[in-house]
Amino acid sequence: MNIFFAIAFYFAAAVMTLGLGHKVFQYWSTPAPFRIPITPAPSTLPGVVLRMMAEVFLFKSLFKANKWIWILGWVFHASLVLVLLQHIVYFQKQPAIWIYQLQPYSQLAAYPLIICLSGLLLRRFLVDRIRYISSPSDFIMLFFLIAIALSGLLMMLFWQPNVFAVQQYFTGLLRLTLNPLPNHLLLYLHLLLVVFLLLIFPFSKLLHAPGIFFSPTLNQADNARQKPHRPSKTRFDNNG
Amino acid sequence: MANREYTVPQLFKHIETPKIEPNSMQLPGPFKAKSNHQQTLGFPSELIDNWQQNAIDAMGQAVNQSRGLRVFLDSCVKCGACTDKCHYYLGSADPKNMPVARQDLFRNVYRKYHTPAGRFLSKLGLDWLIGGQEMNRSVLDDWYNYYHQCSECRRCTVYCPYGIDTSEITMAARNIMSQIGVGQKYSTEVISKVYQVGNNLGLPEAALQNTLEGLEEDIEEETGIFVKLPLDQVGADILLVAPSADFFAEPHVDGLIGYAKVLHESGISWTFSSKASEAANFGLFIGNEDSMRKIALRIREAAIDLGVKRIIFGECGHAWRVAYNYLETLAGPFDFLDKNHPMPQHICEFTHDLIQRNQLTLDPSRNNDKTVTFHDSCNVARASNMGGISGGQFSIPRDIIKAVCNRYVDMAKDTIHGATFCCGGGGGLLTDDLMEVRVKGALPRMTALNNVVEEQGVTHMAAICAICKSQFSKILPVYGMDMDMIVSLHQLVGTAIILTGQKKTIHQKIENQHRLL
Ligand code: SF4
Ligand code: SF4
Ligand code: SF4
Repeated sequence: MNIFFAIAFYFAAAVMTLGLGHKVFQYWSTPAPFRIPITPAPSTLPGVVLRMMAEVFLFKSLFKANKWIWILGWVFHASLVLVLLQHIVYFQKQPAIWIYQLQPYSQLAAYPLIICLSGLLLRRFLVDRIRYISSPSDFIMLFFLIAIALSGLLMMLFWQPNVFAVQQYFTGLLRLTLNPLPNHLLLYLHLLLVVFLLLIFPFSKLLHAPGIFFSPTLNQADNARQKPHRPSKTRFDNNG
Repeated sequence: MANREYTVPQLFKHIETPKIEPNSMQLPGPFKAKSNHQQTLGFPSELIDNWQQNAIDAMGQAVNQSRGLRVFLDSCVKCGACTDKCHYYLGSADPKNMPVARQDLFRNVYRKYHTPAGRFLSKLGLDWLIGGQEMNRSVLDDWYNYYHQCSECRRCTVYCPYGIDTSEITMAARNIMSQIGVGQKYSTEVISKVYQVGNNLGLPEAALQNTLEGLEEDIEEETGIFVKLPLDQVGADILLVAPSADFFAEPHVDGLIGYAKVLHESGISWTFSSKASEAANFGLFIGNEDSMRKIALRIREAAIDLGVKRIIFGECGHAWRVAYNYLETLAGPFDFLDKNHPMPQHICEFTHDLIQRNQLTLDPSRNNDKTVTFHDSCNVARASNMGGISGGQFSIPRDIIKAVCNRYVDMAKDTIHGATFCCGGGGGLLTDDLMEVRVKGALPRMTALNNVVEEQGVTHMAAICAICKSQFSKILPVYGMDMDMIVSLHQLVGTAIILTGQKKTIHQKIENQHRLL
């Protein structure tokens, strides 16, 4: 299992980085032929940055659209960030003190994480409009996330693997050395699902993460009068 | 392909989100383009052989040329936030009119042929997992039908967490369909007329001249003042580009009279152009950059030929979008114009400025027979600005109305400004063969209007979009309201304005007189 997960994680990390890198390059290098910000839009760059931050951190448009989706989606993402931050301990030999200070919150965040994911899943089943637009992959994605979160939570609560050994294993991987991974079924499951998630990241709707920053309706300024939009015909010109 | 029987939706107090009724709007779509019009636009005259592969290739090309399209196709998480935001869904309950489902008609084909995941899973026969869809006849039929049930209004975009713009996908799909020989009759016909005659309606220069002279007489009869409506006057300061419907349709023409009075009072010389006698740009609707550019260039050429210093656009929603955001890109630079004026201007900006500087004599009591509300046209509201101030596209028209009318009321908050509902006839749908779509799509706007009529005694709704005005004058009676309720914003201005030297009494007599034309 040591070697299997080592190979799997190296491979997944490579696919994820290269895949995402390629996608970001593609977004960046595809020309934006016209100015299409959704107005009212800010007319300056700082304004655009602010608008983007409101979308990325607060999900502002979603808030306007639908309070249920907003609360489920926002709490899910916020919890995910807290939980992921906690995972830094597995990649640093001497993790920073704030990570430990965050620990109690991160542990608590596992619950809203699972609750919100289940809520989103429930909506997908119950609301006729959302059921209609869902593909199998949309359900599968939620099942995966729930399985990852649940396996993590169960480990934390009832069946802890040797955390120190896990830390040794991953810090080792970062230094290209192979340490033993604890023999622990739930851990294996958790890691396997994560590997899979990393692998599909650049090929799935998870691309919304880099995508939002390139969305011309949000990232263009409303200043066509002062700064006419003249994309050159080359692929490498942006905003103009 | 005659219109089928359908029931007009009932007006309730609230705009309800209906339960989905799959395929309830499965129709043949609008009339297909005639082969001569297709050819005029440079498209094949009928469905070409091997159209599947051509469509797939064109799709790849479109995505390579548009960052927006690429990001929009990749980023949707199927959250469902947009599902109840489209007026066509709200009015028809057909789930394919939910913005995300409309996008998916395109996205599912794109996924299968143009994404690594789709190609890989297709080999395993598992592309259904991600909704992969083969390009076939029934997909094409769905495209043609449902991409002509989208007015490209971008209301869905406002609510999407990633700003996914369904209208960009609609435009791309229409452009691909044109390229494989399946164009829409209405839009291609209109564009052909612009190429051949200079405006959407095919009004030749002589007819235009006649109309303008008739209007001059009308104004003189009404006010006792001769107001010149100049055509092709070389050396004028301002070129006024109005949508051609303004020259003859009701209530558009009353708006045109309003512009003329305002321009007359400004003392600045101005002119129409017979070459650029059309503000609208239907190239936008069919998503075709070449047509858009060709139409836009006419305006540039006219401005140069006439040697004008400024260009002002009349009341037309998408024309203003193109003028504001696209014109420089398509036909610029406009460096021959006067640097002191933003290029180009909206007639509302011009009028607003004159009002602010107290250059117009206005008597708002002349509009005392009306309680007015304002319909934010979506292309003005969500795709442009006025006055260079944030939200100027909302405040400037309202400020003008308030200066010329004593009673003004807004419709419900979630139906105005950036959240405005389309009239139901925009984006190339203003054709009789799409009547059912237009009627159903108007439901949210009609609901909001009906509420202010019943609760606040609103008698008129002003608009600044030629398409909106035509659509409303058709649709209002369908919903049991009076077609004269819809007025041009500049019609209100024209009524309130007292021209220099005008005797007030003459106006009063004529006011109720029915004006033909
Ligand atoms: S652009 Fe407007 S008409 Fe088209 S799907 Fe979105 S809301 Fe509906
Ligand atoms: S709101 Fe945006 S992300 Fe959500 S389903 Fe609609 S298009 Fe997709
Ligand atoms: S016709 Fe008017 S309301 Fe409808 S899409 Fe155009 S601007 Fe919007």
